[in-house]
Amino acid sequence: MTAAAEGSQPLGLRGRQRTSLLQSEAAQGFALISPTFLYALVLLVMPILVVVAHSFWTQNYLTIDRTFTLANYRIAVTEPIYLDLLMRSLWISLLVSFFTVVLAYPIAFYISFHGGRHKGLWLFLITIPFWTSYLLRVMSWKVILGYNGVLNSGLMGLGIIKEPSTALLYNTSAVVITLTHAWAAFAILPIFVSLEKIDRSLIEAATDLGDGPLRRFLRITLPLSVPGIVSAILIVMIPTVGDFVTPKLVGGKDGVMIANAIQALFGKGANWPLGAALSVTTMLVVTAMAASTVLIIRSAARLAR
Amino acid sequence: MPEKPMPERSQSDRTMIEISHVTRSYGAFKALDDASLTIREGEFFSLLGPSGCGKTTLLRMIAGFDNPTTGTIAVGGQSMAGIPANRRPTNMVFQSYAIFPHLNVEQNVAYGLRRLKLGASEEKRRVDEALAQVSLTGLGKRGAHELSGGQRQRVALARALVMRPKVLLLDEPLSALDKKLREQMQVELRRLQQAVGITFILVTHDQYEALAMSDRIAVMFGGRIAQVASPKEIYQRPVNRQVADFLGGMNFVKAEIVEENGSSLVVDTLGFGRVKTEKPKAFVRNGGGATLGIRPERLRVLWEDAKSKFEVAGRVVERHYFGEITHLIVEIPGLEKPLSVTETNDFGADDIPVGAPIRLAYDPDALVALAD
Amino acid sequence: MTAIRNILSRWLPAYAFLYIVFLYLPVVFLPIFSVNTSASPKFPLAGLTLQWYRDLPNTPALIDATRNSLMVGIAAALLSTILGICAARAITRYRFPGRRAINGLIMAPLVLPEIILAVSMLLVMLQLGLALSLVTVVFGHVLVCIPYSLSVLTSGFEGFDRSLEEASADLGETAFGTFRRVTLPMVAPAIISSLLVCFTISLDEFIIAFFLTGTEPTLPIYIWGQLRFASKLPGVLALGTLLLVGSFLLLTIAELLRRRAARRTQNTGGVLA
Repeated sequence: MTAAAEGSQPLGLRGRQRTSLLQSEAAQGFALISPTFLYALVLLVMPILVVVAHSFWTQNYLTIDRTFTLANYRIAVTEPIYLDLLMRSLWISLLVSFFTVVLAYPIAFYISFHGGRHKGLWLFLITIPFWTSYLLRVMSWKVILGYNGVLNSGLMGLGIIKEPSTALLYNTSAVVITLTHAWAAFAILPIFVSLEKIDRSLIEAATDLGDGPLRRFLRITLPLSVPGIVSAILIVMIPTVGDFVTPKLVGGKDGVMIANAIQALFGKGANWPLGAALSVTTMLVVTAMAASTVLIIRSAARLAR
Repeated sequence: MPEKPMPERSQSDRTMIEISHVTRSYGAFKALDDASLTIREGEFFSLLGPSGCGKTTLLRMIAGFDNPTTGTIAVGGQSMAGIPANRRPTNMVFQSYAIFPHLNVEQNVAYGLRRLKLGASEEKRRVDEALAQVSLTGLGKRGAHELSGGQRQRVALARALVMRPKVLLLDEPLSALDKKLREQMQVELRRLQQAVGITFILVTHDQYEALAMSDRIAVMFGGRIAQVASPKEIYQRPVNRQVADFLGGMNFVKAEIVEENGSSLVVDTLGFGRVKTEKPKAFVRNGGGATLGIRPERLRVLWEDAKSKFEVAGRVVERHYFGEITHLIVEIPGLEKPLSVTETNDFGADDIPVGAPIRLAYDPDALVALAD
Repeated sequence: MTAIRNILSRWLPAYAFLYIVFLYLPVVFLPIFSVNTSASPKFPLAGLTLQWYRDLPNTPALIDATRNSLMVGIAAALLSTILGICAARAITRYRFPGRRAINGLIMAPLVLPEIILAVSMLLVMLQLGLALSLVTVVFGHVLVCIPYSLSVLTSGFEGFDRSLEEASADLGETAFGTFRRVTLPMVAPAIISSLLVCFTISLDEFIIAFFLTGTEPTLPIYIWGQLRFASKLPGVLALGTLLLVGSFLLLTIAELLRRRAARRTQNTGGVLA
């Protein structure tokens, strides 16, 4: 027999215990998450605040002058070289997110609607290349696109071109191709998840009400998958701006991005406050760009109904 | 557990569970409002009500998964205050069954025995005994995933019974099963309860389930207990319209009170004339009026020139065929709403044409006065 | 209308196939050129050799970098999984004010540019007077691993029916006993899966390690250094191939375990989903 109970407590005490137990439900949850939360505070929130603080200070050779100044931001938004880099980074990041999402959508659609029993296998297949070293993948693209690279030697071997093309490597398109490849899984998965969540009977209902395949895609499937598209864009666009490995390896002179400047300022250039101001500016601008893209997509989806 | 002889009714008059003035509030909302209840040893007791009526809250408080805001619960004469679920003499069959998916049938059933350190052979004997009780002998090595819905239910039952609890709690145990299996399990559960003699408390929203299985039923609405009585009394003598309605079809007839004394009422109705009925406990005079109720099957069709001392006459306006019975809607002059009548098809009730005149016989005892 | 149906039935599978080719293109060239006798990667191959693989164990700098990476990877995997378990358990089991906001903050590194994370952590660590070392790299990696760990573990914990724990308590088991006999066995696959995923991320991570490491390089930093020399390319390709095979094995195990866990808890959802 289950252990029998013994002893009892007066009624009033129970009442009080109950309220404290209710509070302790929330308190337990909070206590449990607090180590992780504190870690994020110390290594994410605090560092970002420190960067913001630095952006208002001045580098004085080896020391930092902590008087408040907006000089760094003035340089960041007026100096042509930084402005150019920032604009180019935003453009590249916009292109990359556009191509990534547009190329990823049909795949996500195919897996979700025609994947059958093999959905899990498809997803696994798609995530594998993403798990291989990023550095090595970028380098592999360099090998593929290079002057003596796979694509050139292949095209020459087929007699399509006579001499190696230099148009493939060390430019913006090389950066866009490499990054579009790098982010593929990040775009496919959220879109796939949002497509999976669509109740298939909605599509049948649309058909029943007279919509053909194209119309029901535009009026049902696409609008309902907008959350996936939005998270794909957010997850691709913002981090892309901060990449400096791809531009450095395959970008050449045209492909340099703002992150290369930030890296230089924190490295050899040794101007932390300016680097910090550039980081903050980049973050703000790219967040604004991502937010407006999301808004445009959402209102477009609303119109499609 | 005290050894008892095995009479047909394994019930005694001793109190097993005493629930007194239990309230459970979530902020301003009261899931349970001043509930008091006494459940006897060996009784099959049902908590019946629509979802959100507080029946599951009450069950979970008996099990120890929730605690009363005020009030006390005692099991076997001992207050349960401050005693956690794992030290209470109760065991539960969960609505989802909560079969441990990483363990097989035997391991699931032996789960709670492990702590009692009975020794391997005694443990095995108890597990086999419990599996036999629920007719799962031989399936001990099955994995949790290889079980059908009905089998999962039996494993959950065996796992709780093997602990030999004072009280077995069942949280909507049949709601996940299909109709046929559900009816079969109702019979089996009732038999099992009589065989083991343990107090069963069943939570259900299905009135037929409660009526078919229970010794007594508590009907609950909105956190309050509306009526506690035997199935027959609950069905035939509901205390108010809400209980009457929840327990199946009921015709309501407006009546005027002519005479009221301690235990009975004399009322005048338009269709049924002057009737003397038992006064419900919670009866409150609503001006000079009252409501009478009569179940559709307590109105019988009078054929040809058959006569009854108590009859009403009217006209059939709708007829619905249900196989073994026919459901007639009969308009009675003077009644604002037509009466529902269910009649077996033995004498051709399914052939009564719509529009035909009809006479209905009734037993005045079947007319009950209802509090609103 | 039939035209569209044709596109769907015929062109979509073809497109899917091409897309997979695009995804695997850079991955397959690593092993191919790693067995090429010539140091310059082009077709046709000059000849087949395992020379580059044989050279790997004789490179002390590489051995050191491998050891560093393994230590960082194991530490980062353990730490981020422990922190992930706390957070995933709190999020799936308890309701408390600010739950969504805290979850958002913990997941934020997933959508922040790594360079911003890296330089901001660099500034703080220097301010705090921490000497840059493998330890600081571990701190950085844990931050970027937690979102992945949290996703894997949340999907493992979510389908976990609360009534299983209640059933265990109901059958007389204590809180600790319930954790040991019910909770742990059921979530173990998700925990192992989280460990493997975090280890793989840490093993491959470059940008944060680049900023936060002291004098001891991790594998990606070693590779980055080698990339400057064209003659070192085949060695890097050979190393890359080995890393590829290693990552593939770990992730396959992680995925199989995650599926087993999902089957147990009747829950679906991918590593990132």
